[in-house]
Amino acid sequence: MLPEAVHQQTHSPSLAHHFDNLEQQREAATLGMWAFLVTEILFFGGLFTVYMIYRSMYPQAFAAASHELVIWAGTTNTAVLITSSLTMALAVHAAQTGNRRLLVTLLIVTIALGCVFLGIKAFEYYTEWVEHHVPGLNYAFEPEYYRNAQIFFSLYFVMTGLHALHMIIGIGIMLFMLWWSIRGVITTEYYNPIEIAGLYWHFVDIVWIFLFPLLYLIGRHAHV
Amino acid sequence: MAGRVDALYFFLIAVAVFFGVLIAGLIVFFAVKYHRKNPNAVGAQIHGSMVLEAGWTIIPFMITMVIFVWGSSVYFAIAHPPADTLNIYAVGKQWMWKFQHLDGQREINELHVPVGRPVKVIATSEDVIHDFFVPAFRVKADVLPGRYVSIWFNPTKPGRYHLFCAEYCGTKHSGMIGEVIVMDPNEYESWLSGGPEGSLASAGGKLFQDLACNTCHRADAQGRGPMLEGLFGKTVNLQGGGTIVADEAYIRESILTPSAKVVDGFQPIMPTFQGLVTEEQLLQLIEYVKSLRSQQEQPTARPVEATRPPTNETTPVKK
Amino acid sequence: MASSTVLTPPHHYLNDGVGIKSWLLTRDHKRIALLYLAGVTFFFFIGGAMATLIRIELITPAGDLVSDETYNKLFTMHGVMMVFFFLIPAIPAVLGNFLVPIMIGAKDLAFPKLNLASWYIYMLGGLFTLYAVVAGGLDTGWTFYTPFSTVASTSNVIPAAVGIFITGFSSILTGLNFIVTIHRMRAPGMTWFRMPLFLWSTYATSLINVLGTPVIAITLLLVAAERIFHFGFFDPRVGGDPVLFQHLFWFYSHPAVYIMVLPAMGVVSELVAAGCRKPVFGYAFVAFASLAIAVLGFLVWGHHLFVAGESVYSAMIFSILSFLVAIPSAVKVFNWTATMYKGSVSWETPMLYAYGFIGLFTVGGLTGLFLAAIGVDVHVTDTYFIIAHFHYIMVGGTIMGYLGGLHFWWPKISGRLYNEGLAKIAAGIIFIGFNLTFFPQFIVGYLGMPRRYHAYPPEFQVLNVLSSAGASILAVGYLLPMIYLMWSLRYGKLAGSNPWGAVGLEWTTTSPPPTENFVTTPVVTWDAYQYDAQQVEGHVA
Repeated sequence: MLPEAVHQQTHSPSLAHHFDNLEQQREAATLGMWAFLVTEILFFGGLFTVYMIYRSMYPQAFAAASHELVIWAGTTNTAVLITSSLTMALAVHAAQTGNRRLLVTLLIVTIALGCVFLGIKAFEYYTEWVEHHVPGLNYAFEPEYYRNAQIFFSLYFVMTGLHALHMIIGIGIMLFMLWWSIRGVITTEYYNPIEIAGLYWHFVDIVWIFLFPLLYLIGRHAHV
Repeated sequence: MAGRVDALYFFLIAVAVFFGVLIAGLIVFFAVKYHRKNPNAVGAQIHGSMVLEAGWTIIPFMITMVIFVWGSSVYFAIAHPPADTLNIYAVGKQWMWKFQHLDGQREINELHVPVGRPVKVIATSEDVIHDFFVPAFRVKADVLPGRYVSIWFNPTKPGRYHLFCAEYCGTKHSGMIGEVIVMDPNEYESWLSGGPEGSLASAGGKLFQDLACNTCHRADAQGRGPMLEGLFGKTVNLQGGGTIVADEAYIRESILTPSAKVVDGFQPIMPTFQGLVTEEQLLQLIEYVKSLRSQQEQPTARPVEATRPPTNETTPVKK
Repeated sequence: MASSTVLTPPHHYLNDGVGIKSWLLTRDHKRIALLYLAGVTFFFFIGGAMATLIRIELITPAGDLVSDETYNKLFTMHGVMMVFFFLIPAIPAVLGNFLVPIMIGAKDLAFPKLNLASWYIYMLGGLFTLYAVVAGGLDTGWTFYTPFSTVASTSNVIPAAVGIFITGFSSILTGLNFIVTIHRMRAPGMTWFRMPLFLWSTYATSLINVLGTPVIAITLLLVAAERIFHFGFFDPRVGGDPVLFQHLFWFYSHPAVYIMVLPAMGVVSELVAAGCRKPVFGYAFVAFASLAIAVLGFLVWGHHLFVAGESVYSAMIFSILSFLVAIPSAVKVFNWTATMYKGSVSWETPMLYAYGFIGLFTVGGLTGLFLAAIGVDVHVTDTYFIIAHFHYIMVGGTIMGYLGGLHFWWPKISGRLYNEGLAKIAAGIIFIGFNLTFFPQFIVGYLGMPRRYHAYPPEFQVLNVLSSAGASILAVGYLLPMIYLMWSLRYGKLAGSNPWGAVGLEWTTTSPPPTENFVTTPVVTWDAYQYDAQQVEGHVA
């Protein structure tokens, strides 16, 4: 039979019935999110592997193609995402300390920054389209590197596209967290959802930290 | 070669039969001997034995290592053709095999070879991945688009042997079959002399002129491209550092994507011939380049001769 | 044989809520297991129908039953259905879902809603793929090799790829669910080394699911992208490498075969222990062997590329690793066999399937040694030898394990006993039919018959006829359990909580179990297979 102290906790409204206590629930949810992030690492990892192989095969074509990307957009986006991770981390702290007003504000700022990221990304995609850098639609490139640069741009769109999709999902999750925060579901007893949503957000940020140099920074100096 | 594969195979059968019979036998024996009589009976509460665990880990490990060494040795021989092979080019396409002998003979789905000398088939695909498989010779290799692979064998008995495509390639995959016809050397000679056009190399030479390659690849002041005499098999210095051995793949790449590897000291001005030459024409050009001796050597006559094809083979084309 | 346990409790998970909504919106892992049972059985019979047509076609050397296009679609869809929609999910999603919480003494999995979502994801993926079948089929082979799948094939590559992509998430989420459950929700006293070996196998399988499946997901995504946008990752005409696809594909698909066989091995451990009423010999070795198989399984994918253009030295590294991965499987086989020594050996149907598994898996595994030896693999790869090898493992192994488990836990799942006589006959028919179908294929493969051939040279006909004859017997064998298991739901004898006299937490609760599995949370003080006469007495119904 369960000890009395634990028995009291089972009346907490945030405890799911199949868990014995809140601590078990929290640990399970956290472990679950970490396990999920590992699967995401493997998912993006396959893409990064493809990138690494083709980059080592066609370094000059990749540099020439990378040079054509909109560097200020990529850099700004990096700053935007890192800031959003900061606001997210502060939001977790606000949840832990029960500061509901601050939590809501920080979540809104995080979401807004995520939207800024997506907006800049959309502008970049539009620029690539105008400049004929979209394989399969209207692709054209200098003949010397035409074929292999196509692989670079293909990778660019798949990698940043997948990343953007994860950002959109992340914003969706944050909107959900925002709603829960406003409704008072998040308490000092039950703030784990904010923590694990934060884990996801930080992960999406880290993927971008890898994408940015690999895609934008390899052709910075004059290529051959 | 095939004998070596079979020897290993039969050893493996012996190992498999031994362990298969051992396990099946023990299961049946224990099932009968210890068959539950009393519905409430339980078994002896034995938990394990370190000695047995060590034994049945180490012994299988040693057996597998023997098989590994033996198998690798056979594989090494399969993967390294001898030096003086009779080379024949193959192009696989949906759904047929096209063969080109060096002296110009062409065949579709049939490959005539003489008995008693090693043959190397250098193959590529025009479209999807195929696979060149002759069960009788125990050889097989995937034939890839954009690359050359080689398969070698040493036919020891005259006869007709199945040739199969062994990598699924679409609708008529099971129809992409043919025969390797191994003939006595004399019969092979007479078969060969019935050949039509000139040798692969001479066809390549003609192509070299028709495509105006000689306007840049020439020795005088007009020469804007590297000299090709004596090139095949040599190490080339590339722009931006790095070197490469001039093999079939290098020649092919230089024709299709000349900017990929530019020779040191030259401008990247060679136009691409992608889409302007077929796989067969590429093979002709490659054979032509192979046939070019350096300026210092005496150029030898190249009649339609079956016995000694150009032996500039220095690098086996595997990748 | 007297017992005070009520044969069937008045309230259990099957009657706890009636109507279609209570099933489609359930969060009970046991009901979800049955939802999966319906799904995997459905896809199994579709894959089986295709196999039937294939084997009928192959009775004659000429391609005279169906056109070559149709044949290519048949073997492709047979592979896709069987691998992705039956073999990979079956044991984990049916038996795993049902048993994992009960075996560790928990009320449910860690994430019950996610579990239900996983089933919907599985069915959605299945529907996409079914659409591909119905809308004209897929003809790339289940392996989707490029550039055929990206450039040349005119069949429904994208719907099929999307379907498999979606279903992959079901595997990932189920694996994730199992990992968290086993880590965090074991009952008091249930240490790792007191867990039944089925849980060790399930845990190892879940590790592979979680780490490997995302790679096939991204690979299929790239194939679809290439088909739509002509990106060129695998197209040599733009500098892509078709062999790169093979590396990416097999990086998942080799570990996938361990996803398919490890759960069956876990079932066999349970069946052998219960069938001999003694602990599995070398428990810790069997547990660690499962983990070793999972880890080493990720290091051998290159053995599918020995003739595909891989370098000689890579090939040799993959060869030696492939030999190493065989060792833990061998260790398990020896330990199971040793368990039978001085056991109280039952000849009931589940145990027959277990013994069949050990024998047939051994044959399949030994023929794997042939393939790891590159010198032999060069000759037999892409022939019927390979087909025989993997069917011995998948069918002789996994499906036997699955059927054994289904029979063993059927009384727990349904509360009913099936007809033992009929079940034994079915097991015998399956064993005979299976061997007759696939053993000749080793021979015809070594003689040189390539795989995926619609028509073949006449000298291979005798062996093909034998194989097709076996297939017809095997088909009958598979239909029988469908019939008598369904029949038992209505007319079978009531089972009671422990009809086998087995030890394990699942046998301490009622048949069928209550929704929350246990009336009170068990506190575990005994080892996994602690059979002593006193305990069996108390458990026998």
